[in-house]
Amino acid sequence: MAFLVNSCVKVGFVFGAVSPTTLSLQAEQDALRFPFPCPLTMCCSESIARDGRRETFFANELSLVKAVQIQETLPGGLKPELLPNHIAIILDGNRRWANERGFKELLPNHRNGGRVIKEIVFLCCKWRIKVVSIFAFSTENWVRPKQVDALMSLFEEVMQNDLQEFMGYNVQISFIGDKSKLPKSLQELIATVENSTRGNMGLHLMIAINYGGRYDVMQASRSIASKVKDGSLQVEDINETLFEKELETNCAEFPNPDLLIRTSGEQRISNFYLWQLAYTEVFFSVKKLPDFEEEDFIEVLISFQKRERRYGGN
Amino acid sequence: MENKIESYGSSLVSHMRRLLFRVLSVGPIPNHIAFILDGNRRYAKKRNLGEGMGHRVGFLTLTSLMKYCYELGVKYVTVYAFSIDNFKRRPEEVQDLMDLMLEKIEGLLKEESIVNQFGVRVYFIGNLRLLNAPVREAAEKVMKATANNNKSILLICVAYTSTDEITHAAQEAIEEKRGEIPESSEASMAQNGEISQEKHEGHRTIKLADIERHIYMGVAPDPDILVRTSGETRLSNFLLWQSSTCLLYSPKALWPEIGLRHLVWAVLNFQRVHPYLEKRRKQV
Repeated sequence: MAFLVNSCVKVGFVFGAVSPTTLSLQAEQDALRFPFPCPLTMCCSESIARDGRRETFFANELSLVKAVQIQETLPGGLKPELLPNHIAIILDGNRRWANERGFKELLPNHRNGGRVIKEIVFLCCKWRIKVVSIFAFSTENWVRPKQVDALMSLFEEVMQNDLQEFMGYNVQISFIGDKSKLPKSLQELIATVENSTRGNMGLHLMIAINYGGRYDVMQASRSIASKVKDGSLQVEDINETLFEKELETNCAEFPNPDLLIRTSGEQRISNFYLWQLAYTEVFFSVKKLPDFEEEDFIEVLISFQKRERRYGGN
Repeated sequence: MENKIESYGSSLVSHMRRLLFRVLSVGPIPNHIAFILDGNRRYAKKRNLGEGMGHRVGFLTLTSLMKYCYELGVKYVTVYAFSIDNFKRRPEEVQDLMDLMLEKIEGLLKEESIVNQFGVRVYFIGNLRLLNAPVREAAEKVMKATANNNKSILLICVAYTSTDEITHAAQEAIEEKRGEIPESSEASMAQNGEISQEKHEGHRTIKLADIERHIYMGVAPDPDILVRTSGETRLSNFLLWQSSTCLLYSPKALWPEIGLRHLVWAVLNFQRVHPYLEKRRKQV
């Protein structure tokens, strides 16, 4: 049915019955649902581009319509222009939640947490957040061998079972961290997922596996050091902008989080991002990860919108 | 008569505070507390004080907090006095802050200052070349004058941002590594063949210790608690490298309103998480 409506809109445009705005909106919705652009949409887009004045007029109209559309999907109290571009989440409290309820099995506990994360990611897709990063596994988590095994199995399970769902939402998935220490099967799966989702233009999901803020700064320093050794860079040219480009988060359009959420009430960063958190607003939620619901997420976003970000200036 | 009552009163308060600190000392005491002094301007506006007065009141608060920390047994206190980002403010405000800093830095050298009272060694941390000459010279004078003190340490971050600190440390580490293996030893390696290629590369790779050796804040251990006043919960480019496992505490009070109760609350929270963090530290 949706395909039929879709095609009617496109045919309508060709015969002048449908405005470019409506067509572009349709194309937007297509982008959310289908990973590959439709040739008919591409032809229609080109005809819009040919008429420069019409393009500007309709582009402005389109942003206004888009803003209205996003506003309609946003819950009350949230303004689309004040939403963060990049949200980072530290997933904390799974084990404590399970211990409180007497659950002993590790894998089902983490699956529970995984479900919550998926819900948050799909909410972010709906509300047009551009980047979401999640701290799945730290460089310091290797000290818990049983949890390591459970988490590695969970990652493989999620990637095998849920990839189609992420593709449907047009999500691009990247993995940051030292992948060389992960099991070979997981490394291959990671490469497959990254390749399959590379062309997706929706939300960019960065999953931090075997990642640490200090690790990221170290690998950036080493990368710069090898460029200096090769002679392609002078030591005097090293500055903050250059350094930031070498960090693993540089693969995203918005590498630095605007908002960091940590569940379970603990008030520390635990070596998640480091450099990237320079001006990030931090929110500590008392809810443990499996209890973190949509209304808690909305509360965090409302709090974010009220914050005055001065960046050290006036 | 009034003076006598006042002096008895303040002596009583001081004794009660020392008693409170003795009770707190039953648990672990943080070794290093860092403060982001936020809210001075808002305080001045709230109280209808003149422009720049907020920072003066803020300085008085700083001396009180330092006193409480050193009495409690905290060895290191770090304060975020002036960020490189603060140079973006209005030139008049920046100049006022520089003048205030010069006045207060010179005041540290006086006999009756807190520095002499508690035997404090002072470090000025940051890209000091960005400061004007009088402030930089006064800072260097104070660092030299207090170099022999070792009871407590005060680290004042001026013209500081963490990203600048890390970039500078990486630059120094890279420069050091570049100069490490001279060309003659490369020739002898080619002849010898005993030193493996891997070892050679490993020796030249930058390690964590190399960065930490060149970082400005390397003179102190990582902070145990980072306090940011005025209710904002962000780091604002302060101690990003050092604060990965420390407790972040952000009371709603503006900096000049902060008091003993906030310090006590922060220490109690620290004592709650300390056993877990110690265990993790030993595992890693």
